[in-house]
Amino acid sequence: MSRGTMTVTKGRPAHAGRPRRRRLARLPSPVGHARERSDRRLGYLLVAPVVILLLAVTAYPLIYNVWNSFHFDNLTYGNLPHNWVGVRNYTTIFKSSHWVSALARTLVFTVVTIVFDIVVGLALALMLHRKFRGRGFLRAAVLVPWAVPTVVSAMLWKTMFDPRSGFVDYFLGGIHPAWSSLTWVNFSVWRSWTAIFVADSWKNIPFVAIILLAGLQVIPNDVYEAAKIDGASWWQSFRRVTLPMLKPALSVALIFRTLQALLVFDVIYILTTGGPGNSTQTLSFLNFQTFITDTDFGVGGAMSLVLVILALVVSAVYVRALRPQT
Amino acid sequence: MAAIGAGPAPAAIALTAHRRPGTGKIVRETLFYLAVVIVVLIALFPFYWIVRTSLESNSQVSAGVGGANGIVPSHLSGAAYANVFNQQGFLTPLRNSIIVALSTTVVTVVVASLAGYALARLKIRGANAILAFILLAGFFPVLAMIGPLFLLLRYLGALDSIYPLIVVYLVYTLPISTWLLKNFFEQIPSELEDAALTDGATRLQTLRRVVVPVAVPGVFTAGILSFILAWNDFPFAVSFLTSPNNFTAPLAITVFGQGPYQTYYNLIDAAVVIISIPIALLVLFAQRRIVSGLTAGSFR
Repeated sequence: MSRGTMTVTKGRPAHAGRPRRRRLARLPSPVGHARERSDRRLGYLLVAPVVILLLAVTAYPLIYNVWNSFHFDNLTYGNLPHNWVGVRNYTTIFKSSHWVSALARTLVFTVVTIVFDIVVGLALALMLHRKFRGRGFLRAAVLVPWAVPTVVSAMLWKTMFDPRSGFVDYFLGGIHPAWSSLTWVNFSVWRSWTAIFVADSWKNIPFVAIILLAGLQVIPNDVYEAAKIDGASWWQSFRRVTLPMLKPALSVALIFRTLQALLVFDVIYILTTGGPGNSTQTLSFLNFQTFITDTDFGVGGAMSLVLVILALVVSAVYVRALRPQT
Repeated sequence: MAAIGAGPAPAAIALTAHRRPGTGKIVRETLFYLAVVIVVLIALFPFYWIVRTSLESNSQVSAGVGGANGIVPSHLSGAAYANVFNQQGFLTPLRNSIIVALSTTVVTVVVASLAGYALARLKIRGANAILAFILLAGFFPVLAMIGPLFLLLRYLGALDSIYPLIVVYLVYTLPISTWLLKNFFEQIPSELEDAALTDGATRLQTLRRVVVPVAVPGVFTAGILSFILAWNDFPFAVSFLTSPNNFTAPLAITVFGQGPYQTYYNLIDAAVVIISIPIALLVLFAQRRIVSGLTAGSFR
């Protein structure tokens, strides 16, 4: 974690305070110096709560997980001592077919989801960017699925895919009789994944669209006009102007979505609880089960560390993508 | 999708309109509005269906969708709502959620405003390192926190209580709020503060008299986002809470309506409607703020 931090420090010039420093220098210098010193002291005081609180909920679990992952720690066998077991917890998960297939599933889900969400999210952002009557309403309508709890979006789609209560079966059955009375969730693997994918995308595409919309808004209009005068078609100006200038926003949306998809949990828990069988278990879901159902904090700790490393790799890419901006 | 693709950037519309007004434009506009309607339907029709299902009686749910019980069912009843409050005691989880989400919001707003101001204005050494840490903390996998925090709370005897959640939820709210408020303070011109400082006001006086009044919109945005994020949590609640009296509202929904032979979605969906109302109201009244808040923290 500290390595990522270092690169940022080196890469970013601290320009935020610079103009003011010059202004202060014009003041009688003792006053300026005294103020700078007291400012800095006050500054640390003001920043400390955020840093301490965030360390408590991230650094503490991280270190505890590292320690646990090299020890035996299972509450089911509460009397057994927490002995050092070396890398045994790690070999356990890497040899476990459950975990390895959960890893594969999670990666496939992540790739499919982010490609789909970015493409549809971009189309939606272009739509939201256009000036037309009712744009405010459309923006609010699109935001609602993002803003409701994941429990709501998951339960909502569980209802929709239920053959008795939902509209999916009702409409599909109206198109073709053979498509009615299908059990979507927890019966067929493919249909279960479809339900998860729909619920997840429905909730998260709006977020992608809003981030990309902000990116579109900072592209100056005269660039498009120049392209138009040069005789560029809509597609050409989209390829040559919009996409390149949207790169920072695209990378932000991409990384946020990648992390969310890699760590997907709520939707899985509510829609399928990992079923049918183990076929929709993801890394986060398996980690939850190991901690809370099996109360195995050694193996769970090892799983958590893999999750942290995955997330760290992705965020390192994010930080790198951010750097040339400032 | 083709219709969305056909919608050119505003500048392009203005230019083509000069050259060839007529059918091409009308067709394109129609396709565009058709696409808008489809998007609105996809976003909102499921909510209509939820409301519709929540107003059904148990026997309608058992009978299933179809016949007189179609897109608009033949008769509606408020029985599911009454049941959710009377038999299921949904008021308790709702109260728990409100306590936790509001407390987290208050703590976040205070703590993040102070830090955001300091990071924007006071020249702290290592400000960039601190900002990068805050960003990374926001990316920390939630499931990786659950094991150790479970053990800690168990040791403290604080499992199955809503109060530790107030602190835990800060991992959702603090990173985005601190970044947002730091960006916000940077955008406020520093001339006012400098004037006050030159006139001999101390930093804290300046903060209270000059900065706080202009900071209200930024703080408000951070507050709305924090409330939404805290209100929406599921993983921590499902891991730490065990007795129904201590459930938060999203957790309570997952145990509703489980009959022996079928799931009573009218009951679940009544709770889903209730839990979505505060969020929907926030979005309707503060759409602009939420959009600006979501994007301010991410890049600039």
